[in-house]
Amino acid sequence: MTDILITLLLIIGAVFGLIGSFGLWKLRQPMQRLHAPTKASTVGVGAVLLASAVHKGTQGQPSWEELLVLIFLFITAPVSALFLAKVHLHKDHAPQDLPQPEGSEWATYKNPDEPR
Amino acid sequence: MIDIALTFAMGGFAAGLLLTMARILRAPTMADRVLALDTMVVNVIALIVLYGIQNDSDLAFDIAVLFALTGFVSTVALAKFLLRGNIIE
Repeated sequence: MTDILITLLLIIGAVFGLIGSFGLWKLRQPMQRLHAPTKASTVGVGAVLLASAVHKGTQGQPSWEELLVLIFLFITAPVSALFLAKVHLHKDHAPQDLPQPEGSEWATYKNPDEPR
Repeated sequence: MIDIALTFAMGGFAAGLLLTMARILRAPTMADRVLALDTMVVNVIALIVLYGIQNDSDLAFDIAVLFALTGFVSTVALAKFLLRGNIIE
């Protein structure tokens, strides 16, 4: 029974990891490319780490280290994605080319020294 | 059954590594390369964990934790450098 569970988790992880990297190669725009690796870093690695945790449990030595890696990846992936999106906005776009948000402006283009 | 699935998963993540490598070699901007390197770190973490399952090794998870830490810090440092031309201001 646990064998089937581990196998399923491994196959799900492999498919999603491959989809994430394939999307990185396939998508055309830099901002679209930010979207692809989220699959690899959440479901892909997550399923593999869960499979490893279940496998350790069947060996009679359950451990929580896999969940540690999982939580760390889930916390840090959005932070690095935010930084890369900011790099794209500041390096490849001008503020006047972007759609204007209603009633405000893009916070990332504001001068940080200016009082709100 | 697990052995076949392990081989399949390793093949999938190895193919993912090749695709990220191709993206690093043919990227229009520097930020794309940083993103591809970040994805590469994720794929390598998965490969290390798969190796740990295959060989029943406890060491693999410590390596995976270290890889996750250095991967995140290096991604943020590179992005910060591209944004500001400086890392610690």
